[in-house]
Amino acid sequence: MSTIAFPYLLADKPETFFFPPKASTFAAENDFFYMALFYIALFFFLLIVVGMIVFVIKYRQRPGYEGDPRPLHNNALEITWTVIPTLIVCWIFARGVYGYMEMMRAPAETIDINVEARKWNWLFEYPNGARDPVLHIPNDKAIRLRMRSVDVLHCLYVPAFRCKTDVVPGRVTQLWFQPIREGTFDIFCAEYCGDQHSEMLTKVVVHSQEDYEAWLAEAVKPPIAPVAHGQWLYERMGCKSCHSLEPNKVVVGPSFNGSYGKSFRDSKGQDVSFDANYVRESVLAPQAVMRPEFVKASQMPSFQGKLKENEITAITAFLQALEDGNISDEEMNAVPAAESTENTTGEGETDSAAQAAEQVSGN
Amino acid sequence: MSAVAESPTHSHSQVTENYLFNTKGFLSWALTLDHKRIGLMYLVGVMSSFLVGGLLALLIRAELFTPGELFLNNKQFNQVFTLHGAVMVFLFIIPSVPAALGNFLVPVMLGAKDVAFPRLNLCSFYLWVGGAIFFLCALFYTGLDTGWTFYTPYSSSSEFGTMGPVVWATMGVFILGFSSIFTGLNFIVTINTMRPPGMAWFKMPLFLWATYSTSIIQVLATPVLGITVLLLAAERVLKIGIFDPHLNGDPVTYQHFFWFYSHPAVYIMILPGMGIISELMSVHSHKSIFGYRFIAYSSVAIAIFGFLVWGHHMFTAGMAEVTTVVFSALTFSVSIPSAIKVFNWLATMYKGTVYLNTPMCYALNFLFLFTIGGLTGLWLGALSTDRALHDTYFVVAHFHYVMMGGTLVAFVGGLFHWWPKMTGKMFNDLWGKISCLLVFIGFNMTFLPQFVLGSRGMPRRYARYLEEFQVLHQISTAGAFVLGAGLFVALGVLIHSLMRGRRAPNNPWGAATLEWQCTSPPPFYNFASAPSVTDPYDYLPLKYISEEEGWVYISPTKSTDPQAHPEIAKS
Repeated sequence: MSTIAFPYLLADKPETFFFPPKASTFAAENDFFYMALFYIALFFFLLIVVGMIVFVIKYRQRPGYEGDPRPLHNNALEITWTVIPTLIVCWIFARGVYGYMEMMRAPAETIDINVEARKWNWLFEYPNGARDPVLHIPNDKAIRLRMRSVDVLHCLYVPAFRCKTDVVPGRVTQLWFQPIREGTFDIFCAEYCGDQHSEMLTKVVVHSQEDYEAWLAEAVKPPIAPVAHGQWLYERMGCKSCHSLEPNKVVVGPSFNGSYGKSFRDSKGQDVSFDANYVRESVLAPQAVMRPEFVKASQMPSFQGKLKENEITAITAFLQALEDGNISDEEMNAVPAAESTENTTGEGETDSAAQAAEQVSGN
Repeated sequence: MSAVAESPTHSHSQVTENYLFNTKGFLSWALTLDHKRIGLMYLVGVMSSFLVGGLLALLIRAELFTPGELFLNNKQFNQVFTLHGAVMVFLFIIPSVPAALGNFLVPVMLGAKDVAFPRLNLCSFYLWVGGAIFFLCALFYTGLDTGWTFYTPYSSSSEFGTMGPVVWATMGVFILGFSSIFTGLNFIVTINTMRPPGMAWFKMPLFLWATYSTSIIQVLATPVLGITVLLLAAERVLKIGIFDPHLNGDPVTYQHFFWFYSHPAVYIMILPGMGIISELMSVHSHKSIFGYRFIAYSSVAIAIFGFLVWGHHMFTAGMAEVTTVVFSALTFSVSIPSAIKVFNWLATMYKGTVYLNTPMCYALNFLFLFTIGGLTGLWLGALSTDRALHDTYFVVAHFHYVMMGGTLVAFVGGLFHWWPKMTGKMFNDLWGKISCLLVFIGFNMTFLPQFVLGSRGMPRRYARYLEEFQVLHQISTAGAFVLGAGLFVALGVLIHSLMRGRRAPNNPWGAATLEWQCTSPPPFYNFASAPSVTDPYDYLPLKYISEEEGWVYISPTKSTDPQAHPEIAKS
C-alpha cells in the first residue's frame, strides 16, 4: 500500500511505547489517566498472578505433603476484596467522567468546520466557504467539527488528539479539540463502512495562525482554467469517492477515464453518446440514463443546486481532457484517488506552501 | 442393581451398559431423547463451528502480516472477518458451554435421569442445526461484509437486495437464539424442579448456579432479537422509518436493539465458563471452594447487571451525555462481581492440594488471561480513555482476552475435565499440558501486542494499515499460529484418547459432585436410583484407590449410639 509521507515531520510515529504524539489539549489528561490505570491494573494483575504461582508451588501435590480439604471462609477478606476494588472503580469512573465532560464542553469561541463523510472520503468545509479533503486548522485554537454522513456510519478519529466521534447519517454529531502543536497527523475512519474502510484516511494539518489564514485565502479560490477547475471540483464535490481516474477501474460507479466521447447502450437498450449533454444530465438526474452494469449499484445523488452550470461545464472539460490525454502525469499524480488500487485517500494537497515537500511514497 | 443404589462407588465392571452403545444405528442418535447424546451432538456441532471460525481467524491474521494486499482483497477480507466473528459468536461461544457441556452435565449433576423436557431439548438441537444452516446461507448468499454486528444503514443498503442482508442475518441469529431459549427454559425448569432431596439451592454445584443465571439471560434477552427482526422487516415492507435515515429513522436505534441482546449475550458466553472454573479450581486443588455464597451470588449479580450495560458499546455513537455517564457507572458495577470471583478462585488453592493436571493447567491459564481481559475493561469503561480507544485494536484485544482467554480456555479445560466421564476414556496428560502451554504462549503473543496497537491508534476492521503498525501486527500473526498449533494439539490429544485412551475410572479427579458417582461413561438412566446428596465440595470422604486409579467415596461412619451425642439424646 502506498501512503503519503510527510518526511519533514514524521509526525505520527509513536512517541512513546504506548502513544502517538500528544497533539491536543486532551492528550495530557488521557495519557496520565491511561498510565494510572496501567499501574492500577498491573498491581492487581501481579497480586493475582504472584498469588497463583506461590499457591501452586506451595500447595502442589507431592509426596509427603497433604493439604487440608476442609472449607475456609473469611468474611473480612471477602469484604476487603469487595470494598477496595469498589472504591478504586469509583475513582476511575469519576476521573473518566471528568475527562469526558471536558471533551464534551467546547469553549464559547470555536472555529467551526463542517465535515461531510461519505464512502470513502472526508470533505471539510471551512468558514470562508473553502472545501478540502484535508483538515487544515490553526494551532492553539479550539476547533469544532460539525459532522454529517451522506451514506453509512463513519467515525472521525485522530489518534494524536485522543478523540473520536461517530458520524451518523440523519444526525449531526460534534467533536471539538484544541491542537497544541503544529504538524501533520493521521485521521482514520474508525467505524466500519465497507470495502475501502481501511483506506478512508486523511490528514489533519495544524498550521500557525498566519499559515492557516494564508492557506484559507488560497483554498477558497478555484482555478481559473476549466480543466483544472473541473479537477478541483472532482476532488471536492465527492465525485472521486465513486469514480476513479484509472481506465476500467470500478470503485462504485464507472471510471471517468475512457468514457468521454464514447457511445454505449443504456439499460433501456438505447444508444447513448457520452457527451457534454450526457454529463450535464448525469450530474443533475443521475438515474435518468444509466449503463446496465451500474443500475444496481447506483446510489448517486442529484447535484441539482449543488453545482452551478459553469462548474458542470468545467467538469465536462476535465472529463474531455482525461480522454484526450491532455493532463500531464504530474497533474494526474496530484489527483488523489487515482494512484493505485489501494490508495484512494490519505492524500495531501499541494495547495499549501508548507506542504511543498510532500511526496508520494509507496511500495 | 441394588448394589448400585447402596454404594454410589460401584465398580464399572459391574455395569456394562452405557449411553454411548446401549442402542446402535443412525436413528438411535438422530432421534435420541438422551440429554447426554444431545450434548455430544452439540459438542460435535460447536467444535466444527470453532474449527471453521478458527481457520478464518488464521486467514485474517495471515493477511495482516503485511500492510498491503497479500492474498485477500478488501471485499474478501471484510467478508472473512465478518464470517469469523459471526461463526465464533453465534455458532460457537454462545452454545459452547451451556448446550454442549451443560446438556451433558446439568441432569447428571442433579442426580436426575434427564432434563425436564427431553423432546424440547432435541428440538433445540435441530433448531440450532437449522439456524446454523440458515445463518450461513444468509451470510454466503448476501456476501455479507458488515461485521458480526450488522450495523445499519450499511447492512440495509439496497446493493444487497430489497430486504437488505441485515434482515436475513438477524433472523438467522434469532433462530439460533430460539434454540438457546429452549435450552435455557429446560435448564431453569430442570434445576427448579428436579433437584434431588437434600440438594438445597446452596448445596448446588457452582456450575449449576452459573448455568441457571445464564439460562435466565437466554430466556429474557433473546426475544429482543425477534422484535428487531420484526421492526427491520416492517421498515422494509411498510416503509416506517425506524433505523433507516432515509425514512427519518435513526441508525443508533438499531445499535440499541442489537446490543440489548448482544451485551447480555456476552454474559451468556462468559458465565458458564466461570462456572466451569469454579468446579475445576476446587476439584483440582482438592479443597472446598472458598466463598461459595459469594461466587453463587456474583453469578446472579452478573446476570442482572449484564442487562443494564449495553450502552457502553455506543459511547462514541453520539448518545446523550447523561446516558453515557450512567452507562459508564453501570458498566463499572459489573466489574465487582467478576473481581470477587477471581479472588475467591485464587483463595480456593490456599492450603489445598494442587494437582497440576491438564484441566487445572487450563483453569490457571483462564485465571491469568481472564484477569488481563477484565482489568483492561477499566480503560474502556472509563469515558475519557474510551474516546481514544473505542473501535481500536485495544477493544479487539480486550474482548478476545475475555471471550477466548476466558470462555474458550474454560471450555477446553472443562472438556478435558469431563472428558473421562463423557467418553469413558482417559487422555494423555503430558500432551494435554503441552497444548495448554502452547495456547498460553500463542494467546499472549497474539493479543498483548494488540493492546499497544490500539493505544497507538490502529482502528479495528482494517484490511490495510500504515507501515508504522507492521511489527506489532507481525508478532500478533506469529502468535496466532502458535495458538492454532496449541489447539490442534489439544484436538489431537482428545482424538488419540478416543482411539487409544485407557479406560477411565468413575472418579479420576477425586471430585465430590454427583456426576462422578455414576460410571464413566454413565448408563442411559445415569443413576439406578437417586444418589445420596452430599456437599459438592467436601473432599474428606474421598480416598484414592490405586487399583482403580481413581477416587472412591467412603460414606462417613455415623454413630448410632446416643451416648456419643448426649446433648441430642437429651432434647
